[in-house]
Amino acid sequence: MNASTSNPSTLAVTLESPESWQVAGPQLRTATEESIWVRWLLVGSTLTFLTLVLFVPLAAIFAEALRKGWAAYFASFNNPNFWSAVKLSFLATGISVPANLIFGVAASWAIAKFDFRGKSLLITLIDLPFAVSPVVSGLIYVLLFGMTGWMGPWLSSHNIQIIFAVPGIVLATIFVTFPFVARELIPLMQEQGSEEEQAAVSLGANGWQTFFRVTLPNVKWALLYGVILSTARAMGEFGAVSVVSGHIRGKTNTLPLHIEVLYNEYNFVAAFAVASLLTLLALVTLVMKTTLEWRIQRDLEEAGKSE
Amino acid sequence: MGGSEPARERDTLKQKTPPMSKNFAKRQVLPGFGITMGYTVTYLSLIVLVPLATLFLKSAGLGVADFWKAVSSPRVVASYKLTFGASLVAATINAVFGFVVAWTLVRYKFPGKRIIDAMIDLPFALPTAVSGIALTAVYSSHGWFGQYLEPLGIKVAYTPIGITLALVFIGLPFVVRTLQPALADLERESEEAAASLGANRFQTFTRVILPTILPALLTGFALSLARAIGEYGSVVFISGNMPMRTEITSLLIISKLEQYDTAGAAAISVVMLIASFGLLLSINLLQHLAGRRYQGAH
Repeated sequence: MNASTSNPSTLAVTLESPESWQVAGPQLRTATEESIWVRWLLVGSTLTFLTLVLFVPLAAIFAEALRKGWAAYFASFNNPNFWSAVKLSFLATGISVPANLIFGVAASWAIAKFDFRGKSLLITLIDLPFAVSPVVSGLIYVLLFGMTGWMGPWLSSHNIQIIFAVPGIVLATIFVTFPFVARELIPLMQEQGSEEEQAAVSLGANGWQTFFRVTLPNVKWALLYGVILSTARAMGEFGAVSVVSGHIRGKTNTLPLHIEVLYNEYNFVAAFAVASLLTLLALVTLVMKTTLEWRIQRDLEEAGKSE
Repeated sequence: MGGSEPARERDTLKQKTPPMSKNFAKRQVLPGFGITMGYTVTYLSLIVLVPLATLFLKSAGLGVADFWKAVSSPRVVASYKLTFGASLVAATINAVFGFVVAWTLVRYKFPGKRIIDAMIDLPFALPTAVSGIALTAVYSSHGWFGQYLEPLGIKVAYTPIGITLALVFIGLPFVVRTLQPALADLERESEEAAASLGANRFQTFTRVILPTILPALLTGFALSLARAIGEYGSVVFISGNMPMRTEITSLLIISKLEQYDTAGAAAISVVMLIASFGLLLSINLLQHLAGRRYQGAH
């Protein structure tokens, strides 16, 4: 990935050309800047550190996936267990992201447009799933719906299976992606206030019209940002889903769990081939995220100006 | 859901929230408080609060003596030491290198900077299982780096070093992303003032810059630590999972569960939750303090 910029030795050459610096050399240095040697050291450490920790592992995913050539790479996808994992991952993402989107919109409307007591407690509780480790996120549903769990006997007598089945996976995915949309929307909508909505209502718009024509256009980038982050997390969640899935092949394995099975079977090419798909998804996520960030920044600045 | 007519919406709002509409008469003009608030609280309770409460009730069912036994057996204590130790080391490494990375990204111009800036979030976006197998591939004895480190006597994969490496990987964005805005907000005037009063660059750094960004640095450190303590996916592949030696607490919870010791798993989870809630609380406190300092400066 981007070997020319992440390699310190090629960088050292470009560092010597003055145009890549705000100020060329030590003789032009102002009192609030470091000497050229300190800068070199810092930029060099940054690139070396990121290369060791980020870029090389990233490159390794593709290198391992293609170790035995393209034919072996594509053969990894010619497997019914892979396709059932794809379906299950899409299903879990397809349910959890819209569910949390609706929740995020409802919660931010209530929190940003109205005043009530206990608001900051509510915001803290919405953020709570981020403080819960993935394994514990899965465990709480096992305690509730598992065979030895509280509702376990009742569920099994009614022939409903949640744990080691698709509903458990969906629930765990909803839990780990719970705050994403809400925490993007709440600060932005609080900053924007409710004057525009009040104007719309006083001009005769109903609640839905106000939301879709006034609020939504103001927050659409933040909303999309939250959706992108939760999609990435939902597709990639491992710990929480691992606890509730039961690892039944072709039935309750999502893509990350499928990778684990392949890896533990020493089927490295297939494991990394599937991993490379999720990596491409992650890279697309990063591109969209970066593009959206400056748009949201602009929305926030505009909201700040109008106040 | 209704809402076709503003008057009716306002009526339902009045019925459902009489004290609110009295106290906040100005705001009541907007419809939908009752339904959105009701939905928020219901959904939050069903998905988050009730399942989390189950965890505490389940471990409380053990009684004090059994709870203590479950959370303090030698194997469990060994996993705490490993998890918290590796997390502390990783968060410290991230605080140091995260600071250097954030500083170079905010202050300097160099080729490829924007791409590198975007790539900092890779550990957020990459599924943890993928990070785990990628790091293992690079640092195991046959890997790109592992094959050169092993003859030097440095074994990374399947040792606490590998666990720390994975935790550095997943914790890095927390430090960098917390520090970047703080560094960008630094006022050049105070650095100029320090320099004009005769401070050299190092003195300006330790006496002017560092104290100002310390809350952000500590917040990043604590966030990275909190994430590391609960991490599972990126660690299990590189850790080797040997009881007493390379078994992290998250993995121990899973193995308790596989042995049908759900109460034991719940008890250990409670200890972990209390640790991460404590960290979260101190982060909020830090941000509160930092916010006050920030407001005071303006």
